[in-house]
Amino acid sequence: MSSETHVVEHGAEPAFRQHHFVDAEQQFSTSKIGMWLFLATEILMFGGLFVGYGLMQGVYPEAWVAGHHHLDRIMGAINTVFLLCSSFTMVMAVHASSTNQKSKTILNLLFTLAFAAGFLVIKYFEYSHKFHDGLLPGRYFAYHGGGPPQQAMFFGFYFVMTGLHGFHVVVGMALITWITIRASRGEFSSAYYTPVDLVGLYWHLVDLIWIYLFPLLYLVS
Amino acid sequence: MSDHAHAHSNSARVYVFTLAVLLILTGITVGAAYVNFGSSSINLFIAVGIATLKASLVALFFMHLRHDPPLNAIIFISSLIFLGLFLLFPWIDIYSRDRVVPYGLRVQAQPAAAQKQAPAPAAGEHGAAPAPAAAHH
Amino acid sequence: MADTVASPQVHGPVGQHDVDYLHDGSLLSWLTTVDHKKLGVMYLWSILFMFFLGGIFALLVRLELFAPGKTIMDAETYNKVFTLHGAIMVFLFIIPSIPAALGNFALPIMLGAKDVAFPRLNLLSFWIYATGAMIAVVAMVTGGVDTGWTFYTPYSTTTDGSVALMTFAAFVLGFSSILTGVNFIATVHKLRAPGMGWFKMPLFIWGIYSTAIIQVLATPVLAITLLLLIMERTFGVGVFDPKLGGDPVLFQHFFWFYSHPAVYIMILPGMAIISEIVPAMSQKTFFGYKATAFSSVAIAIVSFVVWGHHMFTSGQSQLAGAIFSFLTFLVGIPSAIKVFNWITTMYKGSISLQAPMLYALMFLILFGIGGLTGIFLGAMSVDIHLHDTYFVVAHFHYVMMGSTVIAFFGGLHYWWPKMFGRMYNETAARIAAILVFIGFNTTFLPQFLLGSRGMPRRYYNYLPEFQFLHQVSTVGSWILGLGFLIMAGYLFASLRKKFDAPPNPWHARTLEWQIPSPPITHNFHEVPVVKSDPYDYYRPFEPSVKGHH
Repeated sequence: MSSETHVVEHGAEPAFRQHHFVDAEQQFSTSKIGMWLFLATEILMFGGLFVGYGLMQGVYPEAWVAGHHHLDRIMGAINTVFLLCSSFTMVMAVHASSTNQKSKTILNLLFTLAFAAGFLVIKYFEYSHKFHDGLLPGRYFAYHGGGPPQQAMFFGFYFVMTGLHGFHVVVGMALITWITIRASRGEFSSAYYTPVDLVGLYWHLVDLIWIYLFPLLYLVS
Repeated sequence: MSDHAHAHSNSARVYVFTLAVLLILTGITVGAAYVNFGSSSINLFIAVGIATLKASLVALFFMHLRHDPPLNAIIFISSLIFLGLFLLFPWIDIYSRDRVVPYGLRVQAQPAAAQKQAPAPAAGEHGAAPAPAAAHH
Repeated sequence: MADTVASPQVHGPVGQHDVDYLHDGSLLSWLTTVDHKKLGVMYLWSILFMFFLGGIFALLVRLELFAPGKTIMDAETYNKVFTLHGAIMVFLFIIPSIPAALGNFALPIMLGAKDVAFPRLNLLSFWIYATGAMIAVVAMVTGGVDTGWTFYTPYSTTTDGSVALMTFAAFVLGFSSILTGVNFIATVHKLRAPGMGWFKMPLFIWGIYSTAIIQVLATPVLAITLLLLIMERTFGVGVFDPKLGGDPVLFQHFFWFYSHPAVYIMILPGMAIISEIVPAMSQKTFFGYKATAFSSVAIAIVSFVVWGHHMFTSGQSQLAGAIFSFLTFLVGIPSAIKVFNWITTMYKGSISLQAPMLYALMFLILFGIGGLTGIFLGAMSVDIHLHDTYFVVAHFHYVMMGSTVIAFFGGLHYWWPKMFGRMYNETAARIAAILVFIGFNTTFLPQFLLGSRGMPRRYYNYLPEFQFLHQVSTVGSWILGLGFLIMAGYLFASLRKKFDAPPNPWHARTLEWQIPSPPITHNFHEVPVVKSDPYDYYRPFEPSVKGHH
C-alpha cells in the first residue's frame, strides 16, 4: 500500500522506492539514520548493564576477580575472533551487494552465518560448563568452591549480559538468513542494497558490544 | 546513495587490513591480561583502551562512519555521551556516601577517598576498595 | 470509529485517490494501515480509553480518601488502585498521548510530507503499544500491582502480585515509544518539504523532535532497568537487594535516569502544542521563535542530568544531592523563556477565546504553579520537608495533568476539525473547559496545603484534621469528572454530523491548515513549497500548498 503512488513522478520509478520519498537517495539515507538511531538505543540498553556491572565491580572487586577466574579466556578470545571475522565477512557482503556481485554477496553472508553459529556453539559449551559447576545467577548459585558470596551477583551480570548479547546474535542470524534468501532471489543491486547495509550495521554493533564484554568479563584481574 | 561512490574506492583491501589490525589487537589484549602491571586498574585500563580502539576501527571502517554523513556519527557519539552521564552520576553518588549494606555483610563502610579516577568507561573499577568482610550465608 | 459514520463528500466529485483519509479503505483495513493519520486516530482512541480507565481509578482513590479509615475499599485494594492509576496514566496515556496520537497525525503534514519516514515501523509501534496495553490489563486482572508506578526495590522484588508482568508491559510499551521517537527524528531530518528550513518548522515540530531525542536516548535504560528487576524477581541476582549486598539506591538511579527525562517526554509535547495554539489564536507572529525552539532542545538535554532530585531523602550522598539540586534549577531557565515568549506573543494580539485558546490560557496558569512549585522541590533543603507528601502529588499533577493533559485537550480541540472534519459545539466546549479548570484547582490546590502540613502521599489513612481538605479535593475530582463527561458528549456528538469543518477554522498558517478537513490520504496533491515562516501574521498570507480545490 505504501508503495502505491498516484502522483505521476518524473520517469519510471524503481519498485523499491516508497511513495513518500522524493528519490532513492533520500530513502537510503533516511533508512540509515533510522538504523543508527536504533543502534543508539541498543548502546544505551547494553550501557545500562555495563554501568551496573562497573559500579558493582567497584564495590565487590574480590567477588569479580573470583568470578572471572571461572571464565575461560581462551574460549572468550576464540569467540572474539569469530565475531571479528563475521564482521569482516559481513562488510564484504555489503560491499559485494553494492557492486552487483550476487554470488559473492551470498557466499560472504553464509560465512557470516557460519562464524555466528561457531560463536553460539562455543557459548553453549561455556554455559553448560557453568551449569555443571553450579555457577548460576543469584539464588541458584550452587558453587561449592568457596569465594566471596557476591560471585552470585557476578554470575547474575554474566548471564544477563551474555544472554542478552546471545539473543542479539540469534536475532542477527535470523536477519542474515532473511537477506541471504533475498540476495539469492537477486533483489539487491548497486541501486538498492539497503537491507544488506542495515543488517550489516546491526551485526557490527553486536560485534562492538562483544568487543567490550570480552575484556570486562573475561580479563578483569 | 551517499556512500555509493566510496563503496568502490573503499576497496576490500581496507577491510582486510582492518580485520588484521583487529585480530592483532585481540591478541595483545589477551596477552596483556597475563601480565601483571602492578595494579588491576592499570590492567583494566589497558583492556578497555584496546577495546575502545577496536570499537573505533569497527565503527569507522566496517560501519562506514568515516564516509557517512556526519549525522550518523553524531547519533552514535551522543549515545556514548549520554551513557557517560548515566555512569557519572551514580558513580559520584556511590563513592561519596556510606554504602547501603545490611548488618554483618560489611564491617567498614566505603571510604569516600579513592575518587581520583576519571569517569571513563573504566570508572567502575576500584581496585583500592576495601574487602567485603564476612560471608552472610 | 469515526469512519463508520456515513457522510457525503463535501469536496465535490473527486478522483479515486482524492477520497478523504477517513473513508479510504474498509474498516478492517485500519488494522493494517500505514497511513500516519489513521494510526494517529487509532492511538487517539486507545489513549482516550486509557485516560477513561485511569480516570476511573483516580475517582476511586479520591472517593476512598473522602474520610479517614475505610470508606469504600480496604488498604490492599487501595494500594493497587493508586498504582494502576499511576501506571496507566503514565505509561499508557500521557507518554503516548501527544506524540503518538496528535504528533502522528499532525507532524508529517506540518512538515509537508506524505507520511512519516518509516510507515510500517509506525504500524509496528502501534501494535507493540496495543500488546503492551493488553499485557498490562492481564497483569491488573491477575493479581494487580501495589508498588506504585515507580516499582522501587526491594519492595517490588518481594511483594506478591503481578509485578513481573506489569514491568514487562512497561518494557514492551517502552519499545513502542522508542520506535515512535526513531521515526519522528528521521522524519524531521529527511522529509521536510522544499523550502522548509530548520527555522521555518512550526514550533510543534521542535517540541516533538526534542521529545523524540529523549525517547530514543532514555527509554532503553528503562528497558534494561525493568529487565534487571524481572531478573531480580526470578533469580534473586541481588543487584538491588541490600540483603544480598546490592544497592536499592542504584535501582532509583536506573529508574530515574529514564523516568525523569520521561517527565519531559510528557511536558515538552504539551509546550509544543501551546506554541501552536497561542500564535494562531492571537493572530500574531511568534515572539522569540528561535529562543523557544532551542529551549525545547535545552530542556531535553538538561532533563538527563537532574534525576537525582527524586532521591534527596533516599540515602543518596550529600554531594550528589547538591549537584542534582543545582542542575535542577537550570530547567527553570528554558521553561521560563517559553512562558515569557507565549505571553509576549499574546501581547496586543487579536485574541480569540475559543476552546483551544481557553486550554492554552489554563496551561499558562497551571504550568506557572506547577513549574514554580517544582523549583521549591528542587531545593534540597526544602525537599527534605516536602518529600513524599501531598505537596509533591499536587506539584506533579499541576505539571502532568494541569499542563500536559490540558495541552493535550487544547491540541485535541485545535486539530479536531482537521482530524475528523467536523466542528464541535463551541458553547459546550467552553463550559467543559471552565468546569475542568475549576475542578482541577479544587482537586489539587488543597493538596499543596495538605502536603505542607505533613500529609504523606500514598497513605490509606490520615489524621482527622486533614479531612476537610481531603473532602474539598474529592469534590473537586467530581467537578473535573463532570467537565470531561461533557467533553466526551459534545465530541462524540460532533462525529454524528456531516463534514462541516472549513479547511482553516482558526486562520492559522501552518501547512496542515492549507489542505481540506479531513485531509486526503496522501495529504498533498503536490509537494508543497514553503515560502514563508509559519507565524508570519504580520503580512498577507501566501499559501505554500497548491492543487487543492
